[in-house]
Amino acid sequence: MDLLNNFTLIGLPYAALVLFVVGSIYRYQATKYTYSSLSSQFLEGKQLFWGSMPFHWGILVLFLGHLIAFLMPESLLAFNSHPVKLLIIEISAFMFALIVLVGILTLFIRRITNPRLQVVTNRMDLIVEILLILEVIIGIVVALNFRWGSAWFPAVITPYLNSLMILQPDISAVASLPSAIKLHIVLAFTIILLFPFTRLVHFLVVPLHYLRRPYQRVIWSWDKKQVRNPDTAWSITRPYEGVPNFLQKLVPSELAEKYMQKLKGPFRYFK
Amino acid sequence: MDVRSQISMVFHLDKCIGCHTCSIACKNIWTDRKGAEYMWWNNVETKPGTGYPGKWEDQEIYKGGWKKSSGGKISLKGAGKLRGLLNIFHNPHLPVIDDYYEPFTYKYLDLIEAPAGEDQPTARPVSLITGKPIDIKMGPNWDDDLSGTPDYARNDPNLQELSPAEQEAMFQLERMAFFYLPRICNHCLNPACVASCPSGAIYKRGEDGVVLINQEVCRAWRMCVTACPYKKSYYNWGTGKSEKCILCYPRLEAGFAPACMHSCVGRIRYLGVLLYDADKIESAATKHNNDSSAIDLQMDMLLDPFDPEVIHSAKENGVADSTIKAAQSSPTYKFVKEWGLAVPLHPEFRTLPMLFYVPPLLPVMASLSEVNNIKQEKKLDSIAKSWNDNWLYDTSTEELWGTIEQARFPLKYMANMFTAGDEEKIKEILKKLMAVRIHRRSVTVGDISEERSQATLKDVGLTPEMADDIFSLTALAKFDDRFVIPAAHREQAMEMMDFVGTTKGATGFGIKQDLKRSL
Ligand code: SF4
Ligand code: SF4
Repeated sequence: MDLLNNFTLIGLPYAALVLFVVGSIYRYQATKYTYSSLSSQFLEGKQLFWGSMPFHWGILVLFLGHLIAFLMPESLLAFNSHPVKLLIIEISAFMFALIVLVGILTLFIRRITNPRLQVVTNRMDLIVEILLILEVIIGIVVALNFRWGSAWFPAVITPYLNSLMILQPDISAVASLPSAIKLHIVLAFTIILLFPFTRLVHFLVVPLHYLRRPYQRVIWSWDKKQVRNPDTAWSITRPYEGVPNFLQKLVPSELAEKYMQKLKGPFRYFK
Repeated sequence: MDVRSQISMVFHLDKCIGCHTCSIACKNIWTDRKGAEYMWWNNVETKPGTGYPGKWEDQEIYKGGWKKSSGGKISLKGAGKLRGLLNIFHNPHLPVIDDYYEPFTYKYLDLIEAPAGEDQPTARPVSLITGKPIDIKMGPNWDDDLSGTPDYARNDPNLQELSPAEQEAMFQLERMAFFYLPRICNHCLNPACVASCPSGAIYKRGEDGVVLINQEVCRAWRMCVTACPYKKSYYNWGTGKSEKCILCYPRLEAGFAPACMHSCVGRIRYLGVLLYDADKIESAATKHNNDSSAIDLQMDMLLDPFDPEVIHSAKENGVADSTIKAAQSSPTYKFVKEWGLAVPLHPEFRTLPMLFYVPPLLPVMASLSEVNNIKQEKKLDSIAKSWNDNWLYDTSTEELWGTIEQARFPLKYMANMFTAGDEEKIKEILKKLMAVRIHRRSVTVGDISEERSQATLKDVGLTPEMADDIFSLTALAKFDDRFVIPAAHREQAMEMMDFVGTTKGATGFGIKQDLKRSL
């Protein structure tokens, strides 16, 4: 039993976290092209609405809920001290779990019944979907059988996760939890472990920067003014407007490029 | 003044014969792949017709382009920052593949391998998506040449403001006409596709204005498909990336015309540089109320490449001399600005398209004689006389301006397509085209007096020399007159990125690593 606990609650989480970080970064660096949400709305749009919308919004809320319990356990406990508030949190979390379940089941059924979608489905898509369904169902079972998760999560799970974070894993409390909860944890880490190998990576490239960028993008393949300036001819790095030559040498060219583009230089935005 | 250069295009619709060679040239080079079979970066539509995807011009359905919002600003009609992100899980305005058509092929092998039997073997159509047999419901150019049909022509969104009587008149069997509308991406100055992309994968190249989608950065958020009002950004269902016309930039950079233009049988296509003032983009896109002043504003942005001040600012901005020179002999500048013959398609979408069309005169000119009278009969030539009844075409040169107004295509229809509904503007262009014809007829056939031809030219503000130029660029132009492509100056770009002295010996030697000595 100890061995199993050590493996699932210490070994697996560390393996999952390492693979998640290294794998995602490596995949981004090596095959950036494969980072895509691989949307299938173009092949089937109606059913997708009833699957994708509830699933994504629901899972976002649930994810945030778990994250808050992990990052701010005290505030959550303080908030929960009022029974009405506790009830509100629990009921709404449960509702969202049901919404997610409806969503993911719809997505799964849509994927396996529509002949067009089968063409764009691979093994990992199915594995991830099945794991997510199991995870949500187990989550719901846990919520039903072991009430007030928002009260015991901060007390039991958060310390466990923290102990993992500071590299001093302490599983004494979690090891004695009911197996449904442990299964929920194990599945969660399994999904994290598989993350970089699936389409889930699109979560890492959520385009929030869109909100900050100007609408139009114009890219110059070279600095259009410098190219004709006789003073800057023939240098090893691309010259940047207004930056003395020796400074350009000090800063790695990619870095300089990135920041100079933000100020002025090759990238020009309007509006 | 922020002078930039843009590769622009002019399509002369009078010359398009609807042969689809352009589409095939493009398909063979770029989109003959899984996931892209349904894409036609270049397609040719029959007008009146619903087009591809069906009714693409109706932005109440597709929500493409920009709309004017309060405070004189413009916003994307169907996407935009906040709305785009909120709709990212399910884009309510995304067309699906059935709006284009389900790509298919035929099981040709069955013709050969079917066992001997009573019946002829057939090649059944199978879907190129699922591989299963399908009933073909739609295909590329499904409404080709189908003017007048209830399902297609009569659902043309440009018919909207025409009275039922006018529409009926248009589709009477005897009066029916159509023309072809070849379409590619317009490589707009205010591209809605660029603005809508949450990942920032789409960009406009500074040097030549080609709009491209970076396949490495596209994450399949699909907003560009909605945002482009011309539906020229396509979603590849196989790769999960959006794709669009790249104006054959590898060919352009090497000095070749894009494949569609190179192969065009009717020689309807022109490509050249326009210099424009980027400071005016915003006002040109915002300062009109969906009327034809959109065109005036857009014309106002285009700069005279001979103006010393323009040349000076262009040089200051790093526009190469060869590009300025190309702008001076650009056929598109002549058609668009000098002669005022070419206008953008649907300027009211506010993307400032850089593909301009010379609207078709032909079906207009051959108007029907409304009455069967002696006077009419005298005008008819001997062939036409043997059919002398109400159906006849009146191609006589009498009452020339009159025939434009009684055109078989109501001016309103053309105006809805090209001038945001302004009939006067479209009439102006058609009159110019007609005046050139009258002038040339007077020169070559001689049955129209020179005074008359002079008078018509004066009426539309052309000189005989201009008319001759228009004629020669329209009818006689050789390859190098139609495509004036400046050098891409990649050599300079390379120098800016690498010290060529260190890399030149490495080509072919197989060094893939950066030739850096240390960090
Ligand atoms: S036509 Fe459409 S795809 Fe092309 S640049 Fe304009 S908005 Fe973008
Ligand atoms: S190749 Fe030219 S003439 Fe033929 S359909 Fe295309 S644009 Fe028209």
